[in-house]
Amino acid sequence: MGAAKLLRFLAARSVKAVIVVLAIVVFQFVLIRLAPGDPASVIAGQSGAADPLFMQQLREQFGLDRPMHEQLLIYLRDMATLDLGFSHRQQQPVARLILERLPATLLLTGTAFLLAITGGVALGVMAARRVGRPADSAITVLALTFYATPIFWVGLILVLIFSVWLEWLPSFGMFTVGAELSGWAHALDVGKHLILPSLTLGLFFLAIYARLARASMLEVADQDFVRTARAKGVPEGRIVRAHVLRNALLPVITFAGIQAGQLVGGSILVETVFAWPGIGRLAFDALLARDYATLLGVFFCTAVMVVVFNLITDLLYAVVDPRVEVA
Amino acid sequence: MMTEARKAATSALGRRTLLAASAAAPALMTLGEARAQGVAPRRGGVLNTIITPEPPVLILGVNNQGPTLIVASKIYQGLLTVTPSLDPAPDLAKSWTRSDDGLTYTFALQEGVKWHDGRDFTSEDVIFSIMKFHMEVNPRARAILQRIDKAEAPDAHTVRFTLKAPFEPFLLIFDVTACAMVPKHIYDGTDFRNNPANATPIGTGPFKFAEWQRGNFIRMVRNEQYWKPNQPYLDGITWRIVPDSQSRALALQTGQVQMTTSNDIEPFDVPRFQQQPNLTVALNGWEYFSPLSWIEINNRLDNLKDPRFRRAMAHAVDRNFIAQRLWFGVGKPATGPIASTTRFHDPSVQMPAFNPREANAILDGMGLRPNAQGVRASIKLMQIPYGEVWNRLSEYLRQAMRQVGIEVTLESTDVAGWVRRLAAWEFETTINFVYQWGDPTLGVERTYVTSNIQKVAFTNTAGYSNPEVDRLFEAARNAAQAEERRRLFSEAQKKIVEDMPLVWLMELAFPTIHDKRLNNVIRTGTGVHASFDDVFLSA
Repeated sequence: MGAAKLLRFLAARSVKAVIVVLAIVVFQFVLIRLAPGDPASVIAGQSGAADPLFMQQLREQFGLDRPMHEQLLIYLRDMATLDLGFSHRQQQPVARLILERLPATLLLTGTAFLLAITGGVALGVMAARRVGRPADSAITVLALTFYATPIFWVGLILVLIFSVWLEWLPSFGMFTVGAELSGWAHALDVGKHLILPSLTLGLFFLAIYARLARASMLEVADQDFVRTARAKGVPEGRIVRAHVLRNALLPVITFAGIQAGQLVGGSILVETVFAWPGIGRLAFDALLARDYATLLGVFFCTAVMVVVFNLITDLLYAVVDPRVEVA
Repeated sequence: MMTEARKAATSALGRRTLLAASAAAPALMTLGEARAQGVAPRRGGVLNTIITPEPPVLILGVNNQGPTLIVASKIYQGLLTVTPSLDPAPDLAKSWTRSDDGLTYTFALQEGVKWHDGRDFTSEDVIFSIMKFHMEVNPRARAILQRIDKAEAPDAHTVRFTLKAPFEPFLLIFDVTACAMVPKHIYDGTDFRNNPANATPIGTGPFKFAEWQRGNFIRMVRNEQYWKPNQPYLDGITWRIVPDSQSRALALQTGQVQMTTSNDIEPFDVPRFQQQPNLTVALNGWEYFSPLSWIEINNRLDNLKDPRFRRAMAHAVDRNFIAQRLWFGVGKPATGPIASTTRFHDPSVQMPAFNPREANAILDGMGLRPNAQGVRASIKLMQIPYGEVWNRLSEYLRQAMRQVGIEVTLESTDVAGWVRRLAAWEFETTINFVYQWGDPTLGVERTYVTSNIQKVAFTNTAGYSNPEVDRLFEAARNAAQAEERRRLFSEAQKKIVEDMPLVWLMELAFPTIHDKRLNNVIRTGTGVHASFDDVFLSA
């Protein structure tokens, strides 16, 4: 692939990406205003007291007294300078709120992602190589179970076993508050808190990857070039690695690309069950509170990530399968 | 002068006021008393607890949501607090007097009180907090503070308020949850709501704000300069933010937290914690708030505007069932518009009892005959989005109403949508509950008087109007003597129950569940909203 061609491809895609992100922002901006109620009514509702002056003061403070197109223009103008706005509800810049939550989210989703993709592909390959035998059946049943079980239920059962019965692992939070640990002790502490949520989140995707890899492997294994390789006397291990797996990976990469784009979005369910201070909950709370700026900020970050990972996925195709060209 | 004023106060607020003002509040156990009971306070230890939902900011006045009140009341303090029987008790004011004409209140402030940043707390801070800060940001306090004619600070430790007219429940608004003292040197001349200092609250309370990782925890540490010697006992308090109710129950069960409050634990989980030997389940400590729940009925609509129809609805509801089977005994059945723990509750006033036969008879009498499906009328019930137990209540009400031929359609919302529709009067019926703030003038009147029919939530959104009730509430508001007010409120309660503008359901209680080693958790009429300067963990 020529460098000039790659550059042209990146430039064209970047222009498209900016347009897509802009469209998403405008669309979301309008969409969330369609939800009934506004931040002022939430605050009134949660305080259990209000008067007209109070409501008016709140709406002025939040900038909601201006016409909507004006609010949108102000928002877009701020976005142009990469200013994600200010959450009046939480009295914090949105960028800070998001950055505060980002490490926790990436740690959780990243760990779950790695667990899912490595474990899933390994299991899928194992199952495909022993197709029809007990190991295959066991893996298939296991994958189907994780795939079909609601994620929050898996979480609760894991908590029940490892936190309540065995008392091995903490049931919520990200680290021991007030323990003031540092260095390795802190990492170990976080790791302990990380096991259950990442397992809960990861098992579902692990099941998907396992099923995907197995099906894809089986499909490729039947093709002529594999038979040819085998006829040539290529060792079985090499056939699996270089011929079958490499070709079977494309659907896995497609799916991984989609999942990777969502890493930043976090997982509302898992973050809620395990009180993990991630972005999914930030967005969910912001939605309930009608904290528009925060919600749009999260949407924006997620949209950017999805676009970026789509791009990376397209590039990866070309690396894994030279027949695929970037265009 | 002192004795004279005290006498006046006694006659007005009852004998207990005298005791509260002279002895250092009998409800708050002194150190000596605690020792006598064999539970000498132990210094040390961090209290791990839960707060839910997460407060947006911790500045009282700027934000008055339930969770904010619970957390920030450890940082800030009020001039007074209230006992479980709703008498005033000292906090930042060590004593107070009231003039014979009921117009002038003089507070003597505690000495040696410092803000967390080291500056002295003085009468200037009090005047600023009351006359400027809360007057501007705090809608509930504003209505009462506007009755103040003059606020003066004769010296650094004395504050004097002169009212335009006597206002008997005046002392009830000085609790930290209603009017917290905020530092003048930080807020004066600034935009209170957007002051950058709102990120780091500075109060006079026993605990100082230390750290807040959003979505994770709020941590506070002992205020070493606290004005009560050797207090607080705890080294700090950590408030974990745990959004899922089952995860909260687990955290309590496994001892990862030592206390839960408010809505942390769903009522249907309470019985199992009552069985757990190392935990105490307390249902008191909400006397000042006395939340009362009801079916809010839009009095403007067909059928619903007929008192007979509303009375039939009341007869259809088994409030004992709700209290015992839905709330598992956390709270008790309502008897009328004023909760039994609020001042001037009249126990002789009783709302219609559970009696479906009577309900059917009333509806028959209205000419609402059941159709082939047994349905006489259809109404919509907008569900209150406050959690699982409230959904169960809606489902129960649908069943109960169906028994008397009223078909109920449930409508779902989230908080923002619910408040918007409630405020816009766009509902047929819904469920609502409000705090009563100790006195009918402060927390009950707003729901029933014509002048408060507004397109704002928690006003008289039902649209109920009875000139006689208006007159009674107004007279009670302005009457200087407690006995006169009691008579007027009794009258008002009778009239309101005759009209049944709403169907009252429960006097709500919220369980405070805590480790038995945690002492002195609930000492006042505000329970977990107290400063916790006397709370300690025994070994």
